[in-house]
Amino acid sequence: MDASDPLCPRPAPVRAVHHETADVFTLILDVSAIPGGAAFAPGQFMMLYVFGVGEAPISISGDARDSRTLAHTIRAVGGVTRALRNLRPGDVLGVRGPYGSAWPVAAARGRDVVIVAGGIGLAPLRPVIYHLLRRREDYGHINICCGARSPGDILYTGELQRWREEGDMQVMVTVDHGDPGWRGQVGVVTELLDRVRCDPANTLAFTCGPEIMMRFTVRKLRELGIAGEAIHVSMERNMHCAVGFCGHCQFGPLFVCKDGPVFPWPRIAPFFGIREL
Amino acid sequence: MENRFLITLEGLGALLAELKGMGRTLIGPVVRDGAIVYDEITGLRDLPAGWGDVQEAGRYRLEKRDDGALFAYNSSPMAWKRFLHPPALTLWKARRRDDGFRIESEAQAPPLHAFIGVRACDLRAIAIQDRVLMEDRFRDPHYAARRRDVFILAAQCAQAGNTCFCASMDSGPRATQGFDLALTELLHPEHRFLLEVGSEAGGRLLSRVPHQVAGEADWAAALQATENARAQMGRHVDTRNIKTLLYGNAEHPRWEETAQRCLACANCTMVCPTCFCTAIEDHTDLEGSEARRVRHWDSCFTSQFSHIHGGVVRAGIASRYRQWLTHKLASWQDQFGTLGCVGCGRCISWCPEGIDITEELAVIRAQDQNGAGEDA
Ligand SMILES: Cc1cc2nc3c(=O)[nH]c(=O)nc-3n(C[C@H](O)[C@H](O)[C@H](O)COP(=O)(O)OP(=O)(O)OC[C@H]3O[C@@H](n4cnc5c(N)ncnc54)[C@H](O)[C@@H]3O)c2cc1C
Ligand code: SF4
Ligand code: SF4
Repeated sequence: MDASDPLCPRPAPVRAVHHETADVFTLILDVSAIPGGAAFAPGQFMMLYVFGVGEAPISISGDARDSRTLAHTIRAVGGVTRALRNLRPGDVLGVRGPYGSAWPVAAARGRDVVIVAGGIGLAPLRPVIYHLLRRREDYGHINICCGARSPGDILYTGELQRWREEGDMQVMVTVDHGDPGWRGQVGVVTELLDRVRCDPANTLAFTCGPEIMMRFTVRKLRELGIAGEAIHVSMERNMHCAVGFCGHCQFGPLFVCKDGPVFPWPRIAPFFGIREL
Repeated sequence: MENRFLITLEGLGALLAELKGMGRTLIGPVVRDGAIVYDEITGLRDLPAGWGDVQEAGRYRLEKRDDGALFAYNSSPMAWKRFLHPPALTLWKARRRDDGFRIESEAQAPPLHAFIGVRACDLRAIAIQDRVLMEDRFRDPHYAARRRDVFILAAQCAQAGNTCFCASMDSGPRATQGFDLALTELLHPEHRFLLEVGSEAGGRLLSRVPHQVAGEADWAAALQATENARAQMGRHVDTRNIKTLLYGNAEHPRWEETAQRCLACANCTMVCPTCFCTAIEDHTDLEGSEARRVRHWDSCFTSQFSHIHGGVVRAGIASRYRQWLTHKLASWQDQFGTLGCVGCGRCISWCPEGIDITEELAVIRAQDQNGAGEDA
């Protein structure tokens, strides 16, 4: 292990595995042996390496104040993420990071906050919610809008309930397709935005999810009167190295790995609508 | 301080022998498979004496010359990045242990190289890759280890190829920095080399071989050689406002038209001296006790390059060609403060369809949508 080589992962044991939905799970990694290992800012991500299989960029979904562990909430979709799902407590994986830009949580003080998440997009936003909860009185209205494909795909259901009941937050959930037991809202996440409580002139908005969802979300937020500079978006692109060498994550002039993944809307707006960029 | 010297053909041989004697592996031009490529050389006798090349869009052919010139060829299909940023490289190895696994970096001192015959455009290309791989937020230890101690003997161009346009990109034809020594080959009245010293290491090396101070006439002849190359430059690009021109023409119909010809073969990115993109592959041995991470050149022309869960971002060839060209000439400027093209012309000569970056740019400028390339 060479500390000066930014391409070398460091070993980190799995402490716990939480089952979230049919294809989503959360890994709790012990990084206490890595100097500075758990220090991150909400919105940043790590490269997780499964021995012999490969690496994937995964956001940190835990509390930034926890100095010994990192939490990652992962949807199993392909080679690496399926291998990550097979890990059990005590297994060791490799980690590099943290990488990338952060949600500007410090700027939220004294303002209303709107968080809009689609599917797994709630994972990189959870550290923001933990941050806001710690000093709830420092912020105005806090709105959390979550969209999921189906009721079974809703992440962190227990916590959503707690945030709603004890966190003085407006937590709204909608699904694309309901099921017989579902009594909540059916429809796209942007419909929830009609019900947010905020003073548009003094609001900060954070969104992460599929690109099409973020496009409609930003449009709606702008219609509500929230300025472009107050909107922050987290982008996903193919990524092999996370340190700006591999070239895969380019989005116009931006590298998602080192300029992003979190961008103020005006920075990406000129490129966002261009097809196949 | 005197900076211009003359050495004879034998003097050049002695200089190469000195470099070798210092423990360096010499990498220089050799004729192989109908092209001039860079490979290990033992000395003067391996250089492509009396060979030139003829290049056109989609064409490259060697041509015999009767003057015995050693450096009278133009862009090679090979770029020096092969030695600094190798096509395939093991980054690290991991070994299983009882308590997990242990990872060991493979970033280590490579052989000491001396590059013989680097052109002005390629010097600029090396500087551009330095900027990308060593001088941004992160430093690639593998590139840095190869780059650090390389000795560069540049060769000033006395002729330009039909696909060359370094003069447009302001990267040539005369090299002014980035070398330890730079030679200009002078053929008349006798075969000799004017040498410019670019570093202390270059000066020290020169002091160890027979040389004399160059006269005004020799210097004038060297400058004339450069002017001859400039006059022969076969291609031209208008770089005015090229960034806004390309950003403003992302939806230009030309991208689709060119996509009808482009095979997405990735040749252009492989031969380009500044293209740096790579992909990662992980390998394990049969017992699964040792894993290896390999990095190899990749290309934005492949479909996997941009795949994410939910689909390939650049599904069509038009968007990949646009990405490549726009990166080279527009977004590269935002990212690294320079153009990403040095005008070497390799991508033109080695495109099987003869797609010509200079022609594409000219068409987009001529049919500029919304005046994106005009002065603000
Ligand atoms: C900054 C960042 C943060 C992220 N954070 C998270 C997170 O917190 N949680 C999370 O779950 N994910 C996150 N992701 C996404 C995650 O990195 C990817 O889902 C993961 O890399 C997929 O890797 P894999 O090896 O499992 O899948 P792969 O094997 O790479 O496959 C991924 C998908 O692409 C398809 N695919 C594979 N190869 C091709 C091909 N050649 N052509 C077309 N399609 C192909 C597969 O079918 C699959 O749907 C993040 C991504 C980024 C960039
Ligand atoms: S884009 Fe073409 S002309 Fe420009 S540096 Fe690359 S290969 Fe040479
Ligand atoms: S432009 Fe030419 S060389 Fe490049 S991918 Fe297309 S066909 Fe191949």
